[in-house]
Amino acid sequence: MSNAKILPTESTQSNQEQKETMSDGGRAVSQRPKENKITISNVELFYGAYKALHGISLTIPAREVTAFIGPSGCGKSTLLRSINRMNDLIDGVTLTGSIYIDNEDIYAPHIDLIELRKKVGMVFQKSNPFPKSIFDNVAYGPRIHGLRDKDYIDETVRKSLMRADLWREVKDRLHTSALDLSGGQQQRLCIARALAVNPDVLLMDEPASALDPRSTSKIEDLIGELRNDYTIVIVTHNMQQAARVSDTTAFFYEGRVIEHGVTKELFTKPVEKQTEDYITGRFG
Amino acid sequence: MEATSTTQTLSPGAGAFSTAKKRPLLAHPMTEKAFIFFARGIISVALLTLIALIADVAIDGYERLTWNFFTAFPSRKAENAGILAAWTGSLWLLLLTITIALPVGVGAAVYLEEYGSKGPFTKLVELCIANLAGVPSVIYGILGLQVFVRSLGFERSLLSGALTLALLALPIIIMASREALRTVPKGYREGALALGATRWQTTRTQVLPVAIPGIATGCILAFSRAIGETAPLITLGALTYVAQVPNSVFSPFTALPIQAFNWLSRPQPEFHTNAAAAITVLLAFMIMLNLLAIIIRAKYQTRQR
Repeated sequence: MSNAKILPTESTQSNQEQKETMSDGGRAVSQRPKENKITISNVELFYGAYKALHGISLTIPAREVTAFIGPSGCGKSTLLRSINRMNDLIDGVTLTGSIYIDNEDIYAPHIDLIELRKKVGMVFQKSNPFPKSIFDNVAYGPRIHGLRDKDYIDETVRKSLMRADLWREVKDRLHTSALDLSGGQQQRLCIARALAVNPDVLLMDEPASALDPRSTSKIEDLIGELRNDYTIVIVTHNMQQAARVSDTTAFFYEGRVIEHGVTKELFTKPVEKQTEDYITGRFG
Repeated sequence: MEATSTTQTLSPGAGAFSTAKKRPLLAHPMTEKAFIFFARGIISVALLTLIALIADVAIDGYERLTWNFFTAFPSRKAENAGILAAWTGSLWLLLLTITIALPVGVGAAVYLEEYGSKGPFTKLVELCIANLAGVPSVIYGILGLQVFVRSLGFERSLLSGALTLALLALPIIIMASREALRTVPKGYREGALALGATRWQTTRTQVLPVAIPGIATGCILAFSRAIGETAPLITLGALTYVAQVPNSVFSPFTALPIQAFNWLSRPQPEFHTNAAAAITVLLAFMIMLNLLAIIIRAKYQTRQR
């Protein structure tokens, strides 16, 4: 694709490596020296008096797909929503510990939530296109950040839709309501919308759980295409999906990370008994 | 053999889906029919009462509904008296009340729903608003008399009247607006905030546009109630004989319900006819406002998709 994202601060060396990895043809991910994008350090989170996360520490490598798996209520979505501070919206949530993105503590007092959320995009479980046209949905992000230049916005919308693999389907009806799209198209629109503000990190909260198998596989293909340019964290209930799309996987249980490692290894040779029980379907 | 069985299945009332089977009383088709009949009856009573009311005043006041009635000031002679001061007064009151109550009411609702935490203070405010909505309107009149007419020195002016009616409409506006804001899907807010929008950007560009039909409907209903109020304006000391069209917010004023009330209290039956005509005008005005609410709702609902 001609519209690859311009990576702002990454070293040329890692780009070089990426190309080499790709020219090898394989997904030789584990051999690549890892560069950490997000470092989660001893995070505890309370909903009022209820402790939802128990001292979580985790590193999330740059430009890879990290999957959070685990049974319902295990804290994986909660942790995901802590990475762009969406939990701040809920009354009575307190968080201790720190989360670093590019070595900056995002819970430090000087952090500007707007800049953080521009950098860390999010796609929700239930696709939530705004009740506006397809074009206005994608243009929403750039516009609220003060961009008015029509040509630039046109170009951003086009690129984002192409990147989300939706351009071909909607290019002739950009100004019709986004609510008329199918469920899978709506979710890809939400991805395009997130891409339009040029984030580094994409958080996906069960992005395909409400979709039919065909739309799901489109989303998965899309994640596969985006993983070279974005750091992706995906929460999923679907273990096959985690195995298919992710490079590393973290298994959560009752607010703790039980096991965290390279996806292939975690699924074939789990170290912990609980992980094994979960991925073999004995509980969850 | 085959032929007999076919005839049996086709014979009416004998099939598996026939209703001739025994059923509990509540599940019986006749119970269903009886309930529908009952429900229709109740709706008819409500509708007929309304129609009878409108027809009654319209027939009583019909002969006075002339052009002259709308362009004349009150007079000692019933046939010369008109409602020019009253309808212009009511219109001024309505516009002023909207100007005052709409921003305050919607602003309060937006604050409570979108910004305020759900702590004990908010609970207290909610409780107060709910109670205010139930306070008899004459109490607002007494409050307005003391605060606006006397303490603030606005005299018996349009401004005092509008401020009092705004107070009366505020709790209803706040409650209706909050209800409308609550119906906005959480996903719109989250989607906007996750893109780095501020709370205000989210509210202005996502929440309010979706909530406007509900807010508008609630507000129009609140205003149409306020404009029909008589008690607080009488308490406030609105004049009943006004021979001028209001020209500023400090003008003395009268309003349609006050004019009707005044005419009704006179002994001569001709004035009662005038009162009926004035009430007809007021009713027509309120029906128009309610129609506007319906039109706004319908228009936005089609635009949503």
